[in-house]
Amino acid sequence: MAELTKADEPTDATPNVSEVDVADVHSEEEAVAALDAHVDRGEPILQVRNLVKHFPLTQGIVIKRQIGAVKAVDGISFDLYQGETLGIVGESGCGKSTVAKLLMNLEQATAGEIFYKGQDITKLSGKALKAVRRNIQMIFQDPYTSLNPRMTVGDIIGEPFDIHPEVAPKGDRRRKVQELLDVVGLNPEYINRYPHQFSGGQRQRIGIARGLALNPEVIICDEPVSALDVSVQAQVINLMEGLQDEFNLSYIFIAHDLSIVRHISDRVGVMYLGKMAEIGTDEQIYDHPTHPYTQALLSAVPVPDPDARDHRERIILTGDVPSPANPPSGCRFRTRCWKAQDKCAQEVPLLAVPERFKSSDSPAAHESACHFAEEKDVVHAG
Amino acid sequence: MTIIDPTDAVPAPRPGDAEKTGPLLEVRDLHVEFKTREGVVRAVNGVNYSVNSGETLAVLGESGSGKSVTAQAIMGILDMPPASIPKGEIRFYGQDMLKMSAEERRKLRGARIAMIFQDALSSLNPVLSVGFQLGEMFRVHQGLSRKEAKAKAIELMDRVKIPAAAARVNDYPHQFSGGMRQRIMIAMALALEPDLIIADEPTTALDVTVQAQVMDLLAELQREYRMGLILITHDLGVVADVADKIAVMYAGRIVETAPVHELYKRPAHPYTRGLLDSIPRLDQKGRELYAIKGLPPNLLKVPSGCAFNPRCEKAQDICRTERPLLVPVTERDGTELPGRASACHFWKETIHG
Ligand SMILES: Nc1ncnc2c1ncn2[C@@H]1O[C@H](COP(=O)(O)OP(=O)(O)OP(=O)(O)O)[C@@H](O)[C@H]1O
Ligand SMILES: Nc1ncnc2c1ncn2[C@@H]1O[C@H](COP(=O)(O)OP(=O)(O)O)[C@@H](O)[C@H]1O
Ligand code: SF4
Ligand code: SF4
Ligand SMILES: [Mg+2]
Ligand SMILES: [Mg+2]
Repeated sequence: MAELTKADEPTDATPNVSEVDVADVHSEEEAVAALDAHVDRGEPILQVRNLVKHFPLTQGIVIKRQIGAVKAVDGISFDLYQGETLGIVGESGCGKSTVAKLLMNLEQATAGEIFYKGQDITKLSGKALKAVRRNIQMIFQDPYTSLNPRMTVGDIIGEPFDIHPEVAPKGDRRRKVQELLDVVGLNPEYINRYPHQFSGGQRQRIGIARGLALNPEVIICDEPVSALDVSVQAQVINLMEGLQDEFNLSYIFIAHDLSIVRHISDRVGVMYLGKMAEIGTDEQIYDHPTHPYTQALLSAVPVPDPDARDHRERIILTGDVPSPANPPSGCRFRTRCWKAQDKCAQEVPLLAVPERFKSSDSPAAHESACHFAEEKDVVHAG
Repeated sequence: MTIIDPTDAVPAPRPGDAEKTGPLLEVRDLHVEFKTREGVVRAVNGVNYSVNSGETLAVLGESGSGKSVTAQAIMGILDMPPASIPKGEIRFYGQDMLKMSAEERRKLRGARIAMIFQDALSSLNPVLSVGFQLGEMFRVHQGLSRKEAKAKAIELMDRVKIPAAAARVNDYPHQFSGGMRQRIMIAMALALEPDLIIADEPTTALDVTVQAQVMDLLAELQREYRMGLILITHDLGVVADVADKIAVMYAGRIVETAPVHELYKRPAHPYTRGLLDSIPRLDQKGRELYAIKGLPPNLLKVPSGCAFNPRCEKAQDICRTERPLLVPVTERDGTELPGRASACHFWKETIHG
């Protein structure tokens, strides 16, 4: 392969994800109808293709000049299947929340597509965009700052109905909000209380009730339990799992606690510096990781069982995560990778099932973005 | 991975310490309250724990359980008022620090007892270079010249594995990554080779791969200098990796102490058991997680009797009226279990099933 400069890196870093069945729509009505279509369990509901988000870095106060870009998300593709939980893990700043915001249409993608039921939501507007917004909801990390302190719990949970009155007609709202409180395990009589009167765990339940208000099909959870105490985390996780079954929801679950992600996820994607390093079922990722970064990440997690610590090999990485404004050429992990070779600096490894595992049915045969993907025995949490 | 072997943890004799014996630090029945507009917050309600030279004690508890307030009381950095210490002793080499003069305590701080905080950025001065702040320790406490202090600072930065230390000694805190800033905090705590380091959630703000680097470094240096280490955390995983013994806190009290392996194998307090049970485990996938019901208590009105009783599955009438004391835990046949204690009326049923 010819020497690649950073400028002509392939953006298509994931050649072998399934084809998108693009919905054939011509009018806004057809678009809205397509968004309401039923998706069978296990079929893709959300398909992300080569998604890119660069934040411009500017200099100067009056006349702003662009001097570069933070490559927060730099070519990511994955599918979310109906009814599943896809976990996304990775260290601070690797782009997890940016992916979440792009999926929610809270940020404008620099490039790439996000197909919801076969329609590219990055290109929708008007009624169709509104319909998408109703169907994809988000639960945020921080139960302390994500709720408006001056609004009652009833107003907070009912606020989405202002934008989508068709879901709950005015006279029906109070009853609907009380129902939601009940669903998330809060006393319906609390409807007139304010957020500060609740604990962190209860506030997160309020956030979940609000996320459920419009009967969405997909919920994106960005660190939903990270701010909670250990003894309260389990309560919220149980609630979320129960709701998923009851309302047939698909979750994207972003978190840094690897054992919680394993518990709740069907599949897991590992991100590093704006790219997906590896993706597979929870068993493939946790028990048969083939990407060196995943192996290091798993082995770095402290194991809450002191007997296991004596028998495990730990990989202690050196150095810090490089800046996303100036990522390394080739493989982004190469500056910290113990296996790096010349090839790693020159060629971007594509996220694909490694050639050597292609014909095998071993759990190592899953998508991994490493030129030298192989299994390594590391004892780890989860 | 550095493993701390308690068998080689004999305290290195220090000049002038020959006559001092017993634990390096012992906290006895410590109480701390805060006067607030809503009432008196009883943040610490009788804490007992001790740590020896070369030993790592992990203090484990949920947020608000009083871990940091206890640490601040030991360091002597509580703002009084609003805080007050109505009762208790903090013995350092046998001497009650609460009875010392402000001057005596100031001399111990930094030189003999040092602290590492969770948030390195806000504990370093942003307008002074890292080298200057490290060197200050030597200038103030040991009277070194600027040049000598700077050389010492570089040496310390090397010691905590900051690459190109000599080139970076004049850089400012914001020019370092989170992991490096935490290393600098560690360097600062180590500067005067203290006997005891208190690390309050030293890696909570860091990423896991960096957290592993920093914990490893801390454990290595602790062993090398044979310091006592009090590691405050809410992460059961971190505890298992580095601690020799654990003290579990709930509502301002120690509810259980034990050597680390034993605590995980056979908890003797229902709260500890609940915490361990709520860690997701592989064999539970697809099933409901165990969850402790209810919420941590409001310290303005701690439940009477056992503070854990409203959330405890084992609670009986006595738990609502009588406060359980921290008592030694033994085998069924009465054999002593060194280092083990539990504050539960039903510790026997809890540990022996
Ligand atoms: N509005 C913005 N302007 C400029 N840079 C941004 C902006 N939002 C995010 N970034 C940068 O993009 C990168 C990815 O950020 P993101 O918030 O997605 O990380 P994350 O994976 O969610 O991290 P964490 O685990 O800390 O939440 C970071 O380097 C961040 O500083
Ligand atoms: N300056 C203060 N004024 C009033 N209350 C305080 C103050 N500092 C701490 N507290 C309270 O003391 C309790 C214990 O706090 P802390 O020791 O920080 O808990 P943690 O175990 O999370 O470290 C908490 O309820 C906290 O709100
Ligand atoms: S491609 Fe090279 S640098 Fe990247 S993870 Fe694989 S071996 Fe390491
Ligand atoms: S004393 Fe009673 S309430 Fe407290 S932990 Fe023991 S059994 Fe539970
Ligand atoms: Mg984030
Ligand atoms: Mg604290």
